[in-house]
Amino acid sequence: MRIEARSLSFSVRGKALLSDVSLAVQPGETLALVGPNGSGKSTLMRLLAGLARPSQGEVLLAEQPLARLSRREIAQRIAIVEQQADTAERITARSVVELGRTPWLSALRPWSGEDTRQVDKALKTVEMEGFAKREWATLSGGERQRLHIARALAQQPGLLLLDEPTNHLDIHHQLSILHCIRNLQVTAVVALHDLNQALTCDRVAVLSGGRLVASGTPQQALTPETVSDVFGITARQVRDAEGSAPHLSFHLA
Amino acid sequence: MSAAAALAWHGVRGACLALPVLAAAVLAGAMIGETSIAPDLVLSVLVNKLAGAGLPVDPVDQGIIWSYRLPRALVAGACGAALAVTGVVLQALLRNALADPYILGISAGASTGAVAVTIAGLGGGALSLSFGAFNGALLAFGFVAILARAAGAGSSRAAAAQIVLAGIAGSQLFNALTAFIIAKSANADQARGIMFWLMGNLSGVRWPDVWLAVPLALAGWMICRFHARALDAFTFGTDSAAALGIPVRRVQVVLIFATALMTAVMVSIVGSIGFVGLVIPHAARFLVGPGHRRLMPAAALTGAVFLIGADIVSRVIIPGQVLPIGVVTALIGAPAFAIILVRGQRTAR
Repeated sequence: MRIEARSLSFSVRGKALLSDVSLAVQPGETLALVGPNGSGKSTLMRLLAGLARPSQGEVLLAEQPLARLSRREIAQRIAIVEQQADTAERITARSVVELGRTPWLSALRPWSGEDTRQVDKALKTVEMEGFAKREWATLSGGERQRLHIARALAQQPGLLLLDEPTNHLDIHHQLSILHCIRNLQVTAVVALHDLNQALTCDRVAVLSGGRLVASGTPQQALTPETVSDVFGITARQVRDAEGSAPHLSFHLA
Repeated sequence: MSAAAALAWHGVRGACLALPVLAAAVLAGAMIGETSIAPDLVLSVLVNKLAGAGLPVDPVDQGIIWSYRLPRALVAGACGAALAVTGVVLQALLRNALADPYILGISAGASTGAVAVTIAGLGGGALSLSFGAFNGALLAFGFVAILARAAGAGSSRAAAAQIVLAGIAGSQLFNALTAFIIAKSANADQARGIMFWLMGNLSGVRWPDVWLAVPLALAGWMICRFHARALDAFTFGTDSAAALGIPVRRVQVVLIFATALMTAVMVSIVGSIGFVGLVIPHAARFLVGPGHRRLMPAAALTGAVFLIGADIVSRVIIPGQVLPIGVVTALIGAPAFAIILVRGQRTAR
């Protein structure tokens, strides 16, 4: 599902958190969103998900203005995993994933076998089948993160928005979650801190101070110059061997 | 099975489980009291009154059962269910385990309205205590709602905290008004009377109260039950609910107004009975888990049975004297809650 941001701006109490950001993600593509802390990644995510209204500009989902869709219609198309969503309820892992079916259920369309299948599938994708009966409070940060991702997958979205999904994850699960997202048939926008992981996505957008400073293929957007400039460090491209994909190494300036 | 049939089946099965328990509780409420009445006598009265059978029953017993104990038990049940369900809804919406039906200023406003009528003499004796309490409750709730909105609760992500803070401000204001009116014009008898009312009092309940309380509790319960899935979606906060397709603002407004109205009416009939709306939701959660589709009926049933039981205890525990029911709910409820807390802690480990 294609999503496009048209000159989005967002400000809170006169402070601009995002200024004039335009970008488009094509169906099936995975876009990595990178930038320093406070550069506007989460704000852009919230605008794309329709959780906040832009002060200026608009979001188009499959050529339709997002503002014209109902909350339910949006939730049937877009799933978002935000940072730090926590609860004190004594809810089981499986019920967390079951929440993802909410946009598809109504009084006349109660829970069915299809919903159970989607929940099973999502749990399997994040390798949490064995944890289904565990209570939320007994799970580690990484396990909770994987459940949030499974909840989002159970929504069967056409567009997946993930705000730092690899936070709290060990390296195995970081790689497996990213691998899984890239292989899904959905469009995805992923905020990432690990620039070398961003290099493996289809395209990269770099935010700094609420502005889009670079976007394009990973090699176009994440040049050592841009990275050094935006993050205030010195970045260097290195290759393990002749012909292998380059990655970045960093030093304090 | 079709969707509609499955839905109907769930409703029927739930009613089959709940109704006998409720009926037993009401029957107990009609039997037990200063004079004990046998169950067959209670049933004879019911058959006489409902089917006009004309079975031989002592008219005094018939009067006690039909005019006093039955309405009392029915209102206690409706009230317990309404308060418990309100507690469930507000705890979920405000994401606050300490939320209770009175957190939005309703009991504070009701007491101000009650003392304004009974002690300050508002309306020159033409208004009833219930009327004063109901309008006081609505006034306080309106004040809290406007304050919450002015504080930005409509849009901001911290909406729940703003609503709770507005509720605290409103409660403090109206409690101060109540204290002011009592201090200025009440004599010792009036002060004692109003304190009794504030702790909850079912002794004035008659059939007209039943026709108000029972349908209202039923309607309120159905509105809340209809929103069970939406309340589940609030588990991870309002943003998460919105991302799951819940029209957050509309659900908040509908549920808060429905529960506020329900609470205001209950308080104006029986006074502000504490503890039920705070503790029963937690007790029900320990029994059936946090999913609102099961929690809503469980809380309503537990609340109804608990309050009918508390009313029986309040009538018989001290011979010849009726305790305010709020004292009983707290005296039974607090230790019961402590046991549940400790047990729950153990099973969680």
